[in-house]
Amino acid sequence: MTEQKKIDIPIMADLHSKGKKPEYLFWVGCAGAYDDRYKKVTRAFAKILTYFDVDYAVLGTEETCTGDPARRAGNEMLFQMQAMQVIETFKNYDIKKIITICPHCFNTFKNEYPDFGGNYEVIHHTRFINQLLEAHPGKVNADILKKYNIAYHDPCYLGRANGEYDAPREVISKVASKTLEIDPHKSNALCCGAGGAQMFKEAEPGDREVYDMRTEQALATGADVVATACPFCMTMITDGLKLQKKEDKVKNYDIAELVAMALGI
Amino acid sequence: MMKQIIFAAILLLTLIILGYSFYRIYRFFKLTRPAFKIKDHAQRFNELMRVAFGQSKIFRWPFTGLMHALVFWGFLVITIGSVEMVIDGVAGTHRALGVLGAVYNVIIGSGDVFAVIVLLAILIFLGRRLVMNINRFNGIELRKKSKQDAILALTLIFLLMVSLLGMNMAYVALYESKVWFEGVYPVSRWFSDLFLDGIPYDQLLIVHEVNWWTHILLIFIFANVLPYSKHFHVFTSLPNVYLSRLTPVGKMNTMEDVKTEVEMMMNPEAAQEPPAEELASFGVSDAEHITWKNYLDSLSCTQCGRCTSVCPANQTGKKLSPRKIMVDTRARMKERGPQLLDHGKNADDKKMLIEDFITAEELWACTTCNACVIECPININQPELILEMRRYLVLEQAKAPGELSTMLTNIENNGAPWQYSPEDRMKWSEELFMNV
Ligand code: SF4
Ligand code: SF4
Repeated sequence: MTEQKKIDIPIMADLHSKGKKPEYLFWVGCAGAYDDRYKKVTRAFAKILTYFDVDYAVLGTEETCTGDPARRAGNEMLFQMQAMQVIETFKNYDIKKIITICPHCFNTFKNEYPDFGGNYEVIHHTRFINQLLEAHPGKVNADILKKYNIAYHDPCYLGRANGEYDAPREVISKVASKTLEIDPHKSNALCCGAGGAQMFKEAEPGDREVYDMRTEQALATGADVVATACPFCMTMITDGLKLQKKEDKVKNYDIAELVAMALGI
Repeated sequence: MMKQIIFAAILLLTLIILGYSFYRIYRFFKLTRPAFKIKDHAQRFNELMRVAFGQSKIFRWPFTGLMHALVFWGFLVITIGSVEMVIDGVAGTHRALGVLGAVYNVIIGSGDVFAVIVLLAILIFLGRRLVMNINRFNGIELRKKSKQDAILALTLIFLLMVSLLGMNMAYVALYESKVWFEGVYPVSRWFSDLFLDGIPYDQLLIVHEVNWWTHILLIFIFANVLPYSKHFHVFTSLPNVYLSRLTPVGKMNTMEDVKTEVEMMMNPEAAQEPPAEELASFGVSDAEHITWKNYLDSLSCTQCGRCTSVCPANQTGKKLSPRKIMVDTRARMKERGPQLLDHGKNADDKKMLIEDFITAEELWACTTCNACVIECPININQPELILEMRRYLVLEQAKAPGELSTMLTNIENNGAPWQYSPEDRMKWSEELFMNV
């Protein structure tokens, strides 16, 4: 019988009032906080952090949007106001290391905040998880996911924009026995269609939807799990699976969820 | 002597026309905005070696990549021979670079081999253009002129290679027995035996002269056609790669004038000097708002269409084509530049780059996925310009698509793109259990 333990998520302000300063900020992101599907990923990742005793905290209600969608929608003014506000909050808690579960937040912190004086060590959750698994070998039970053939979809803002192709693949290879490559993948991967603020609007008229095409490419591998590492990719691929009427047979999981499963937590 | 004078006159004419073409373009550059300070020369040099000389990005498409790389490397070697021809032509010398000895043999020998390789590659390219129906060559942005351009350039290169081989063959046949024979000719020697065997000395002299003049005159013509064709990239792609944007592809440029304004809003006391008097217009709506780098990108674009063929929006039938952004930008500057030069800033032809060339529908279809940037063989950055035009639409005209306006309002009011209360940010963590 497995026992259930309640987890309390550490909040930056609480720790601060006790004079404590955690090593990492876990940046949840708007999708991680509000999107019903991605909240599950946030929980899975929080469990992983707890399981490995990571010294972290979240900002909670003090978190706000990084401004990424505003900037990409052309509203530079709004982006910069968000950026300065976030950097101010980070300053209050003397934050140096940030873990994100969203490649868009990751990219914004890493590449765009330095222009406003915000310089941090930014870590995407796939890389962080990979480091945790490497530091604590023998924790995952690869049998749990044995039945799945997993295909990984590269998010544009993790792959092309930031050159991170390996960490997610390494994690998958640690928890599963079979991984498949989508054609095309890595730097050639097709976008899910949601980046650049597309997530928040209807697509322009065309022959078909980008997410539909990408899902078709993923399905062509014969995978029963499409793994993603980005909230927007998750929404799009899930929609694609519905459109292709495959949502019963093929599942879409985030890397964090796969790892939580393989850890049995 | 006569030959030298004629040659020098033609050379001078060529350089004058070429100089004028470059001067025109230089004046257009002066209309553009600043982009970035050019530093990090070591990194730029690396990029030049890897992307330009190593043709690394071209090879993302193995077959055509190899063809193009061979033409490019051939072009480099053969150009040294062309320089020698100019020296010979002006100074009345004969194979002036022959003094280089063994090095010369390598240059001329490989040039001779490359001439045949380039010839074959060009035939394949012509075949692909004329016979095969390749999608990439048929975008709406490719007007008739682009296609004629391509065929004309390929034909010129074809003739250049034929005349080079003709010259080499005649040279081998003429001078083989003589002591002052310079260079090695692995292919032409063989062709010469095959085609020029038994032709008398006088006639060989004529064959050599005709091919020599044809070759050098074709080079002069080609050089002067380039600035007016998509093959201008022969001149601009090396500088363009050297002047690549070095920031990470995911980073979007910070608008400095907005920054000054936002800093003032957030912290009125610390506000430094008031914003510049001149009314800055935000973003790009016309040719004069682009940076020199955007313009260099547009001039360097080879119209190869690799960007468009990997663009998710384009692949799914949307109007956006990153190549079109470059083609239109160049075309608009060609039209707008002279107006601005003749009539000053207020010249108005009732047209703009935005809407009249590039529509909002195209601009809003970009997912900023950067596939085009990664693909472009000469490091052009298309989304940068797309974003600048979106900035114009949003900041100057308040014309974002309705749903995006809602999203922006949500960020402004709730700090999230969706309409949820900031108080609910921790809801995900309620009743969270884990197995132990
Ligand atoms: S960044 Fe925009 S233009 Fe470039 S490939 Fe992606 S969607 Fe197309
Ligand atoms: S922008 Fe680059 S990839 Fe696109 S057509 Fe021009 S040269 Fe080719």
